Amino acid sequence: MDVLLAIELTILVLAAFLGFEVISKVPAMLHTPLMSGANFIHGIVIVGAILVLGKADDTFTRVVGLLALALATANVVGGWFVTDRMLGMFKRRPEPPRKDDA
Amino acid sequence: MIAALSQNTVNLAYLVAAVCFVVGIRMLSSPRTARVGNVVSAAGMIVAIVFTLLLESVDRYAFVLAGIAIGATIGAVGARTVRMTAMPQMVALLNGAGGGAAAGVAIAEFDRLTRFGGTPPGETAAAIVTSTVLGGLTLAGSVVAFGKLQELIRGRPIVFPGQQVVNALVFSAAVALAVISAPAGETWLLGLAFVVAAVFGVLFVLPIGGADMPVVIALLNAFSGLGAVGAGFVLDNNALIIGGALVGASGTLLTLLMAKAMNRSVANVLFGAFGQIQTSLGERGEVEGTVRATTPHDVAVQLSYSRKVIIVPGYGMAVAQAQHDIGALADLLAEQGVDVKYAIHPVAGRMPGHMNVLLAEAQVPYSQLYEMERINPEFPQADVALVIGANDVTNPAANTDPASPIYGMPILEVDKAASVVVLKRSMNPGFSGIDNDLYLDPKTTMLFGDARESVLHLITAMKDQ
Repeated sequence: MDVLLAIELTILVLAAFLGFEVISKVPAMLHTPLMSGANFIHGIVIVGAILVLGKADDTFTRVVGLLALALATANVVGGWFVTDRMLGMFKRRPEPPRKDDA
Repeated sequence: MIAALSQNTVNLAYLVAAVCFVVGIRMLSSPRTARVGNVVSAAGMIVAIVFTLLLESVDRYAFVLAGIAIGATIGAVGARTVRMTAMPQMVALLNGAGGGAAAGVAIAEFDRLTRFGGTPPGETAAAIVTSTVLGGLTLAGSVVAFGKLQELIRGRPIVFPGQQVVNALVFSAAVALAVISAPAGETWLLGLAFVVAAVFGVLFVLPIGGADMPVVIALLNAFSGLGAVGAGFVLDNNALIIGGALVGASGTLLTLLMAKAMNRSVANVLFGAFGQIQTSLGERGEVEGTVRATTPHDVAVQLSYSRKVIIVPGYGMAVAQAQHDIGALADLLAEQGVDVKYAIHPVAGRMPGHMNVLLAEAQVPYSQLYEMERINPEFPQADVALVIGANDVTNPAANTDPASPIYGMPILEVDKAASVVVLKRSMNPGFSGIDNDLYLDPKTTMLFGDARESVLHLITAMKDQ
């Protein structure tokens, strides 16, 4: 096993543990925004698509790379706006007035 | 080429991005900080994208900008126009897009590596296999999940004999094709593996019923994250590995939470095909008792004279888009001095947290929303439990009938309330196809009709009093 692979596996395992720790603190109320926020974050594959398409020099890799980049960007942009829209709704609102027992 | 940054500089930028993602998720732990957290995550993403664009090896800017423009348009329009009730479908599609992108990255990179007769090194090949197969299955599985949630495909489980054997064979074929493509150096073999993995994705999600969708969506979320991890190993890219791992962790955690909330193992949800169990049990004796239908007027009187009302929303609320009117009804009750609370079951609806999002849209203060463990002890003090479009999560058979397929599933104990009013379209059983004895309970009355219309009638009746 080469050095790079060992380092990458280390990063993977530590990131997974960190993910479990941080995500287990998210309340059930916010589980949908958590999922769409996670959707946004796996949009990081956009970086991979840019790298592949950015050096593509034949038709096949260009087509596949372009598809991948379009999907990844839709994922990033869509995931973020949807999450933002949902979180914008979780505003605190004054409690509805309670009438005292008459 | 605008500027040429070294890989090392870009790797440091990825570290910044990773920190932003973790901090962003951390801030999701409270509704107060969550929205800012999302902005922090966005900052990380922008840093990662900009620095990648400045890498020396990236120089086909016309294609890159075209791809970004197409994707950004689709994503922005979709995200801005989607209705809150359609959020499960939207999340499913986003999962699929991420999975498809990961597979695309792997296939394009494979083609580049093998163009001149070369073969990818072992660990790269393994990563390519992983992201191609996971990507294909996530993409197709998500599209089927979307079709089910959008009601383009039957929500009931679709099953045929020998299904699991067929599924296992198809999955093995996808993996085998991907594995042999590496030493052969043939992109078309990998492409075929992608297609076969997609077929498996379809077969995999089709038999899973609508009520089990929260588990499926969470699982596809995890798969899309693992697909990104695979792409990260293909390209030796830390940002993809860390981002993918965070998503994989989140999806896995939610999958386990959802399965636990149904008291079933993940395997049982995925391979159990819920509706089947009931039919194979045959008729377990005719259910005795009668259903009492009621009128909006009677319910309005009943609610007005209550001290404590617990509202139990379910998928029916989402279908009828009744959340705003339910909020209005609750406000009306609160004005009359009634103590109103909402009981939220973890798997109510079609994805984790579904009910919370809809009620937040209706501006229901989240201090009125109670999770199952907190609200169950309060049902015995409630005068009315108002069940709106929820079914299986209120079925007392889960506590009392060992023969029931949902026996052992934690439920909202609405049958402990002094009286129960159920708003329901008809007497058809829920998505899981299981009868609910709650409706035959002498203290239960049924208000039939579309949930939203029933609630509007209730509001009118309350105002007329």
